[in-house]
Amino acid sequence: MLRYILRELLRRRLGAVCLIILAVLYAATILSQFLAPYLPTDQDLKHSYHPPTRIVLKDWRPHVQVYERVDPSAARYGPVEGKTVPLRFFVSGEKYRFLGLFPTKTHLFGVDEPHRVYLLGSDATGRDVFSRLLYGAQVSLSIGFIGILVTMSLGFIVGSAAGYFGRYVDFAAMRLVEFVIAIPSLYLLIALRGALAEYFDPEQMYLLIVLILSLIGWAGAARIIRGMALSLRERPFVLAAEVMGQSSGRILMRHFLPNLASYLLVAATLSIPVYILAEASLSFLGLGIQEPGTSWGLMLKQAQELKVFTLGLWWLLTPGAAIFVTVITFNMLGDVLRDIVDPRHQMTED
Amino acid sequence: MAAQAEEVDRLPPLPAGETPLVRAEGLTVHFPVRGGLWRRVRGYVRAVDNVSFRVRRGTTVGLVGESGSGKTTIGHCLVKLLRPNSGSIRYNGSEIGSLSKRAFFPYRKRIQMIFQDPFNSLNPRMSLAKILAEPLEIHFPRMSVQQRRDRAAELLEMVGLEADHLPRYPHEFSGGQRQRIGIARALAVEPDFIVCDEPVSALDVSVQAGIVNLLQDLQQELGLTYLFIAHDLAVVEHISDEVLVMKDGVIVEQAGSEEIYRNPGHPYTIKLLRAVPSL
Ligand SMILES: Nc1ncnc2c1ncn2[C@@H]1O[C@H](COP(=O)(O)OP(=O)(O)OP(=O)(O)O)[C@@H](O)[C@H]1O
Ligand SMILES: [Mg+2]
Repeated sequence: MLRYILRELLRRRLGAVCLIILAVLYAATILSQFLAPYLPTDQDLKHSYHPPTRIVLKDWRPHVQVYERVDPSAARYGPVEGKTVPLRFFVSGEKYRFLGLFPTKTHLFGVDEPHRVYLLGSDATGRDVFSRLLYGAQVSLSIGFIGILVTMSLGFIVGSAAGYFGRYVDFAAMRLVEFVIAIPSLYLLIALRGALAEYFDPEQMYLLIVLILSLIGWAGAARIIRGMALSLRERPFVLAAEVMGQSSGRILMRHFLPNLASYLLVAATLSIPVYILAEASLSFLGLGIQEPGTSWGLMLKQAQELKVFTLGLWWLLTPGAAIFVTVITFNMLGDVLRDIVDPRHQMTED
Repeated sequence: MAAQAEEVDRLPPLPAGETPLVRAEGLTVHFPVRGGLWRRVRGYVRAVDNVSFRVRRGTTVGLVGESGSGKTTIGHCLVKLLRPNSGSIRYNGSEIGSLSKRAFFPYRKRIQMIFQDPFNSLNPRMSLAKILAEPLEIHFPRMSVQQRRDRAAELLEMVGLEADHLPRYPHEFSGGQRQRIGIARALAVEPDFIVCDEPVSALDVSVQAGIVNLLQDLQQELGLTYLFIAHDLAVVEHISDEVLVMKDGVIVEQAGSEEIYRNPGHPYTIKLLRAVPSL
């Protein structure tokens, strides 16, 4: 089933493109400490709002253009004609654990101190935007995955139990769902954030956000899964399992779950962007990830100064572009997946 | 509506001392009909109304009637997919109709069901090996994985399929083959009594006889007892020892199979017989 979906995905151009983009994004996230030349917290006040450094070839080797401030009172930089420093590969820098396992100091690239390489410029305190994007992706890209894992599990448990057991279970579950859905979600977000914040350290804010988003998100999934469970429970193979004396829990896990899997996969893919956007909104409102942590939403919040637009500091908006690309890609992938698992398109294999 | 004819019961009384394998008495099932804004109960469908019958050990009782007459509902009561509103069901002399889910569990091994729709009665996401292992896991928890596999292979061969079909999925099989898989699954727990709910109605005429013959052979071999549900008399004629004719939730006639064809007693039975194309 999974193999079939993967094969179909790769056979469609849009599906293959989406998969490749996501594979690159997630690979970069996993390797962020290796790919990033600096720590996301590495400040360099002499280089605030530094523009992206140009890479030039000298003697067939990549060199980094050196810049100097043209206006000491403003963040204006100009390239120093003819002055470059070599870009080195596999340089040693800050210590970290490669893939979280092997301690190492090697980074993919870097330049000799005191020069700096800013592939995507620097922010107000001279931190490398490129490095921060990579580290921020660890939050922004994983929050969706963890979020849907929690929501889909909750949605499946509540929805399928409501549909399968019916009666009081169904009644109670659906009233709860309606209650959750009836509350405006932004209000609920902020309220839950306010109510729960005191039990979490600022470093655990990530956990808190996932928790809040999942507490809101499961209801919609549960309602749809309930509807599907209602029709599944009348299917003769479920009746057969009951006639042989299978327990309710196993009927849900063995007969319901696999038959809802394709729906869950599509729904999950389509709701990952919701989490990414919600994290961005929360962080933008100052209710999400906090310094010294980093996320794309937090980076955008820090780029909301007028200066960004008047001085054309476009590189500070790259987290917005990253969010945009990720969200679009997940949505397109979800659409392609829906086409694939839609029974009307399905041929022999199901 | 014309006045209903009386129920015609022409079955010989049971020999003294014989307990039928299954006996239903005064079985009644009402389904609430809901309607209106608040989905309030507006009334009841009398799907099964005060039905009594018996099934003797080792025989096949045919249950015929038009669509909606309540045949499946009776079948569901016997396998406890449904709890009747009133009436009793005795299995081998002991009352099972009112047992709790837990107390009924041992009977799940003895009473099985074969379903009408072979395309929906097998979980499309499970291989045959898993489909056949499921009842074994439940009722023979001490079997090893290998023993289960062997038993599944044996079951497939019993119903005319091959052991190397085990890793395949239901969609790779035709309707008739799927019905055979459904039969193998029912046989896995070594039941005594099987409710066959229109096991051939959804099948091509050309494969119907094969399934009916298989059921008869299995009955001979394993000493099974069947309640065989069908909506036309032709299928039932072939396999049944006794026939119950049902209409609108009540049994209008019960008689020996020979008897009912030679000499139908109820106007509705006569109507059903006329509908049978003579072969
Ligand atoms: N779950 C249910 N809720 C409400 N009414 C039901 C339910 N199940 C069956 N009925 C009604 O009970 C009556 C008997 O249905 P049943 O399925 O037993 O008929 P049947 O003889 O098996 O028909 P068929 O030949 O079409 O299978 C029908 O009028 C049906 O609409
Ligand atoms: Mg029926």
